[in-house]
Amino acid sequence: MKRREFIRNGTGAGLAAWAAMLTGNLNSFFASAIPWQGGAYDLVAVKDGEPEAMFDKAIESLGGMGAFVGKGARVVVKPNIGWDVPPERAATTHPGLVRRIIQHCLQAGASQVHVFDNTCDKWNNCYTHSGIEQAVKDAGGTIVPGNAEGYYQEVQVPGGRRLKTTKVHELILESDVFINVPVLKHHSSADVSIAMKNLMGVVWDRGWWHRNDLHQCIADYCTHRKPDLNVVDGYRVMLKNGPRGVSVNDVVTLKTLIISTDIVAADAAAAKVFGKEPSDVPHIATAHEMGVGTMDLDKLNINRIKMQG
Amino acid sequence: MTYRLLKRIRVILSIVVFFLLTFVLVDFTVSLSTEAVKSLLYLQFVPSVIRFTGIVTLGSAGFLVVMILTLLFGRIYCAFLCPLGTLQDIISRMSRYFGKRRKVFRYRRPDRFIRYTVLGGVVILLALGHIILLELADPWSLFGRMVSGLLRPVVYGINNLAVHGLEAAGSYALYPVSMKGYSWLSAGVSAGMLALVGWLSFTRGREYCNTVCPVGTLLGFVSRISLFRIRLDETLCNSCGLCGASCKAGCIDTVSRKIDHSRCVMCLNCLTACKQKGIHLVSVTFHRRRSAPEYSLGRRGIIRNGMALAAGLFTLQGGQKSRGGGRRGERTPVKREHHATPPGSKGFEYFNDRCTACHLCVSACPTHVLQPSLLEYGLAGMMQPFMDYGASFCNFECTVCGEVCPTGAILPMTPEEKKQIQLGTARFIKDNCVVYTDGTACGACSEHCPTKAVQMVPYWGGLTIPKVTPEICVGCGACEFACPTTPKSIYVEGHTVHQQAREPEVEQVTRPDTGDDFPF
Repeated sequence: MKRREFIRNGTGAGLAAWAAMLTGNLNSFFASAIPWQGGAYDLVAVKDGEPEAMFDKAIESLGGMGAFVGKGARVVVKPNIGWDVPPERAATTHPGLVRRIIQHCLQAGASQVHVFDNTCDKWNNCYTHSGIEQAVKDAGGTIVPGNAEGYYQEVQVPGGRRLKTTKVHELILESDVFINVPVLKHHSSADVSIAMKNLMGVVWDRGWWHRNDLHQCIADYCTHRKPDLNVVDGYRVMLKNGPRGVSVNDVVTLKTLIISTDIVAADAAAAKVFGKEPSDVPHIATAHEMGVGTMDLDKLNINRIKMQG
Repeated sequence: MTYRLLKRIRVILSIVVFFLLTFVLVDFTVSLSTEAVKSLLYLQFVPSVIRFTGIVTLGSAGFLVVMILTLLFGRIYCAFLCPLGTLQDIISRMSRYFGKRRKVFRYRRPDRFIRYTVLGGVVILLALGHIILLELADPWSLFGRMVSGLLRPVVYGINNLAVHGLEAAGSYALYPVSMKGYSWLSAGVSAGMLALVGWLSFTRGREYCNTVCPVGTLLGFVSRISLFRIRLDETLCNSCGLCGASCKAGCIDTVSRKIDHSRCVMCLNCLTACKQKGIHLVSVTFHRRRSAPEYSLGRRGIIRNGMALAAGLFTLQGGQKSRGGGRRGERTPVKREHHATPPGSKGFEYFNDRCTACHLCVSACPTHVLQPSLLEYGLAGMMQPFMDYGASFCNFECTVCGEVCPTGAILPMTPEEKKQIQLGTARFIKDNCVVYTDGTACGACSEHCPTKAVQMVPYWGGLTIPKVTPEICVGCGACEFACPTTPKSIYVEGHTVHQQAREPEVEQVTRPDTGDDFPF
């Protein structure tokens, strides 16, 4: 290697690192720098099982929960608990799945597992009627309120184009591990509500998001803190009248689960399960373009598991 | 000794009732079942009367029980069932510790003018369809407003401080509660009333009960002829004045040795005060001849009452007025003609006729959408709760207000019934909507709509814009509350009479055709 070449490459790498840091995209920089290691999947999709069993399979193929949760780690699990409706309406994450995830975290040695959501309907009714409060208690986690501004702290959104600052629940800032557990469903504002959209429940000032280009804000927020793991509940799926739904007739049982560390990839795969092209969903396309993650599922190493047959 | 025991029972009962009623008015967790709340309020006189006019059942006949009790034992409602009475007792008691000389009560001549004006005014105004005087003077409602308006924020504040403390210690055992929508004006009125009632009780005991309170006056008519009464034994009484000095009601004239039974609140203090054993609680049948002097209104009194009434009526004009919904500015302001009344209240007239503004529903409402009105219902409905969609929205599944309302102004409803009660309908103002003004997606209104009366329909370039289907709208205000624009782009225009919303059409969705395999 000639000296000039060395300098050129060095500068290029430095620039790339600098750019990556500016957009808060250091992970993807290293991901591209480190060659792909065989056996590690980018995304796992499971079909035709019960939520608990599907999660067991999925997490196993990512190396078990221990790959994400260290001994003594403080974990925050963020399901969708947004609405005061029973689980069969599929407006909220399957309580059995939440229970299972918490159990895995505690088995891996987590010191505490906190669960919360900034709900839309009256929060304690949502916690109770979704079945999630009970599931959390059963599993040994702690359910935490998200109903007051006092819990939320203002943070910078480093790569935000529209969203520069936002108020985030303290647990997102304090926890070592952040597990995002959305339910896949139709959404009247955001087309579909999956992993990225679910993060609107970790902030306080989402009215501002609605007021200032919703899709862009959803993509922007992912440059603040991306979840360490995204678990998409596609067991029951609300296909219309989302995000709240009107009746159980809005729901079909698809028995699907998708998990990935890449929030955009998780959304892309789930959108396809929903019957939508990821590129047709503005916040997925925007996040992909911003380098938050990738929606090109063809380029990913996907483990597809069918539980029956 | 027996009298001492009786008095102690009265004191304990009054404190228990006082504590429980105060508790339900500050308990934001609604930890007591609504059935328990209802039974606690069963014997509250005015709410029970109003409820009875609407639903004639045993469950709403608490006031008859009170009447019978009064016929037997005098005004024991005032002695320990009325929370405002106990509050006054507490204040009177505290007054002992202020001032140089030990305070004593003394006999007061009855203020018949105010007494009968208030009661007469309440009755005549009710007959004319105005509840406001009763609302202002009813002891339970007065007490409710004082606790809900003045003590509740203190309790919330202490709770929220405790939340902070625990949070710092890493515990999320408690949760904070919001005071959004808190009505300073209603609290101010309550503070004024507390000052008045407090001053009266500080200086002269149960003066409020015996000059203003319409329940006291009404029960006073009955207690004159009650079976058991306090009696002075003229053979033993030496007019020492001890009983009179202990009488909170100021109804024992120890000089002429007469007791005004219409004002006796059955506190039993006099029984334990007498050193001569010359005052007793006895059945009247054995002492028929020594009945108390009768106080009559007289012709002059009637004329004066009538004049006061006319003056009162004159000030009570005014119908429903609207309060502007947002800041005036570059966009189209919300011009709301009617604010919605709570679900179960049938509409403005029914509600306005029956609500005494005790604010129990304001305390119990989980989302805090029910807030005391200022002029939202006009002057005649002042302080009656209205649906404040600026503060919150009505949770679709919730029926708490109807369960706790003691007067039946808000009737109980099943969740299924409630989900089809249309309080009003949403109105969309396109000029203010983000989708129109900014060309970006929003849909917050449609998101929160429980019936999808607000749907997002295709607009341009992949955008969708709200469209309201009023027939299935319940007027819960979720859309208005969620709307991020100022002024609001969607608001609920209240109905003066609630309507039945059509059930949303449901159609089973079919699963997307992605085959047996993964679609990727």
